[in-house]
Amino acid sequence: MLAAILLGFLFSGLLVFTGKFLKGRWAVLSASIPFVLFVYFAQFIGRVSSGEIISQHIVWVPSMGIDLRFVLDGISLIFSLMITGIGFLVFLYTSAYLKNHEYLDRFYGYLGIFMGAMLGIVLSDNVLSLFIFWELTSISSFFLIGFKNKEESSRKSAVLALAITGFGGLFLLAGALILGSVAGTFTISEMLSSKELIANSPHYIIIVAFIFIAAFTKSAQFPFHFWLPGAMKAPTPVSTYLHSATMVKAGVYLLLRFTPVLGSTEFWNSTLIIVGSITMLYAAMHTLFRTDLKGILAYSTISALGILVFLIGLGTKEALLAACVFILVHALYKATLFLVTGIIDHETGSRDITMLSGLRKVLFPVAIAGFLAAISFAGIPPSFGFLGKELIYESTLHYGNSAILITALAIITNILLLYSGFLVGIKPFTGKLPERFSKVHMPSFLMWIPPLILAILCILFGIFPSIIQESLIQPAVTSLGENGGEVHLKLWHGFNTILALSAITIGIGVLLYFLIKPNKKVETAIKKLEFISPKTMTEKFGNGFYYFSTLWTNYFQNGYLRHYVSTIILFLVGVMGYTLLNNTRYRLVYSSFTALTIYEVITFVIMIAGILYTVFTKSRLAAVAALGIVGLTISLIFVYYSAPDLAMTQFSIDTLTVILFVLVLYRLPKYLNLSDIKTRIKDGVLSIAFGGLISILALEVLAEPQGSEISEFYAENAYLLAKGKNVVNVILVDFRGIDTFMEITVLTIAAIGVFALLKLRMTAKERITTGIKK
Amino acid sequence: MKTIILKTASNYLLPLLMLFSFFILLRGHYLPGGGFVGGLIAAIAFVLHAFANGLENTKHLIRIHPGFLMPVGLALAFTSGLAPIFYAGLPFMTGIWFPEPLSVIGMVGSALFFDIGVYLVVIGVSLTIIFTITESA
Repeated sequence: MLAAILLGFLFSGLLVFTGKFLKGRWAVLSASIPFVLFVYFAQFIGRVSSGEIISQHIVWVPSMGIDLRFVLDGISLIFSLMITGIGFLVFLYTSAYLKNHEYLDRFYGYLGIFMGAMLGIVLSDNVLSLFIFWELTSISSFFLIGFKNKEESSRKSAVLALAITGFGGLFLLAGALILGSVAGTFTISEMLSSKELIANSPHYIIIVAFIFIAAFTKSAQFPFHFWLPGAMKAPTPVSTYLHSATMVKAGVYLLLRFTPVLGSTEFWNSTLIIVGSITMLYAAMHTLFRTDLKGILAYSTISALGILVFLIGLGTKEALLAACVFILVHALYKATLFLVTGIIDHETGSRDITMLSGLRKVLFPVAIAGFLAAISFAGIPPSFGFLGKELIYESTLHYGNSAILITALAIITNILLLYSGFLVGIKPFTGKLPERFSKVHMPSFLMWIPPLILAILCILFGIFPSIIQESLIQPAVTSLGENGGEVHLKLWHGFNTILALSAITIGIGVLLYFLIKPNKKVETAIKKLEFISPKTMTEKFGNGFYYFSTLWTNYFQNGYLRHYVSTIILFLVGVMGYTLLNNTRYRLVYSSFTALTIYEVITFVIMIAGILYTVFTKSRLAAVAALGIVGLTISLIFVYYSAPDLAMTQFSIDTLTVILFVLVLYRLPKYLNLSDIKTRIKDGVLSIAFGGLISILALEVLAEPQGSEISEFYAENAYLLAKGKNVVNVILVDFRGIDTFMEITVLTIAAIGVFALLKLRMTAKERITTGIKK
Repeated sequence: MKTIILKTASNYLLPLLMLFSFFILLRGHYLPGGGFVGGLIAAIAFVLHAFANGLENTKHLIRIHPGFLMPVGLALAFTSGLAPIFYAGLPFMTGIWFPEPLSVIGMVGSALFFDIGVYLVVIGVSLTIIFTITESA
């Protein structure tokens, strides 16, 4: 299974080298990748439906509990087949849709990474690896949504989608970490056994809330839904893939996957029901005001996702069954309609629903696909969508006290969805063909065959639900922790309440379709309300944040080195001083002091004279030389207190520092612009405070109880283990050799930095001089 | 700073200081010294030479760009850490030693090569920074 996930990434990696060859006539070959994967996953259908769970375990980072643990059970299988199956059709479609596009190879590269990451999400059994794949889908979808990177709106949408889904990703990580520490494992299948423990933990609410935020951002639930319509800026194959079967379903998958672990509590159920129903109604109403085909599809997708979240919230077996079926229903009809929209856009150059009509005369097979998908979308028998809708009504009707309320919500949503389905799938093809579209011709078969296949499946699964009942739906429901009872999918249930509800839905929906005509006026009217929409709020927040960070950065990063130094020191003095003064433990024990010798006194006098000279001299070079004197006296003190190694190093470093200073200062003009008295007093106070702080710190260190085990260990074992008598050096090159290695690496980086900085400046100077010469 | 005394002296001081820095490097395992100090001393020797004879002459004397010493030193230090893995199957950076001491140098082991690596890196870093600043000033 690891190989199956990596295949997508591998394919993208190889495209870097072979992209040129794939861009032209052979583009269609890239569809073989998802096809192979589809066949690979399809061969597991038999084993999974007989109740087997296929798993693979690879140790990755054992110390952090990150294993590559993959599990293929019922729910993973449905998702894997959708990802690879619809992926295959999208890959085929793209080869014609973006034929001879300059960056077709890149496009396939992003798609490949995206597909691999999606498979990773649905197959991971470890929350941390799931998180990694989750983020990879956010990143790769960023590139896909922003594929037309020359358009500003496209870039903006991509950033918005990345910001929202990335924001959710952080919550997923936090939720996963807390969940892992509560459950004691990061493996999802092992968490099942500690369900009670997790539900009774004080962190339960936080875990669930974090996972909800992750799922809601990814699956575009209210109030995070607004990135999805923006993502329609992407080329149509991307919208098809992201919004029918994959990206946005990842959030739904996450909720389904955690239902057996975290589900069936009051908080879980009621939050999901509330958020789901708000989303499904809000988005379904929005479809009334749209005139762009993709806009309608975007809002109906959000609405469908709302239905799914709502169903998971109900949490009964019937509801979960309805969710599993509806995932498939939605993926099939929505992918078809996106592909159909893509064809219309590609051939007529318009997606405006008020302009398009009568296209059946020129795009007949596409019209059939659109019609069949719209039937399924609307839930009219004998389509698969009808079956899904029946199941939804069945689960809402059997839901305890508030059955009537939630059934009413579901009916309203479905009526509006029926309207939007007809609008997208039927409206463009009926009526009179305008003159300007009379020359429209059929696209390549690579473009119209994929939607037709999907559309036929929409009907086929409706008439013969037994095809998927045993093989896919049953194991999926079982994997969600609902073991009891068999699943029966039937098109005809006899005359009952549910049928009556369906009839009402279809009746009102069709009526609505004939009464309301989409027009631009309503769309512009609704735009006026946008200032209170979550999208505008987020954008305003984003702009404000940007403005604030600019101010903040300009204040602290103002380019003056002295400002940086004093800020850092001030901060240190503040924080460390506060802590130190609150927990002072040092005591000055005068009796423990050794008597001062005459040469120590002389050294100190020289040192203080050096410091005073540094501070008060008016010459730069003299100040540097005086600083050198201070450094040398310090190395003398090291000698007195028997630290010859330190003394030697201090001596050499000091020499080099003085040389460096002289080199830099030597070239500066002689004219000295000394800082004014106010600045000097300020600096003086700061310096004295910092010096005092360091002294207190040193005393504090001395007051620490002597933990001499380490130094004793070094002293004893330096010769025995490392054959050295100089303990300091043995520590440097042997006991703590890796530290030293890191330090010399850092030194090297610093030197490269200095080199690059100065050399770069010189070339810039040269560039300027040549510019002047011209 | 073209003084004849410094110029003459630096010609004699350079080999002496180099020898001294190497001596400091080698004795580090038993007595005060080591690769870091040794490297600094060697760097000072070259800087002194550059002061007396001009940067161009010193660069000509070294032949290679001092920056090249950095990767060489890092590689040497890293290899000395890897050596125990390949020769003795011990973990990374375990000290391994030749059984018999060499005359003058004493015991030779992976730590010595590590220290030589440090020595080279320190020379490379100090000279790169100082030379670059001198050139750009």
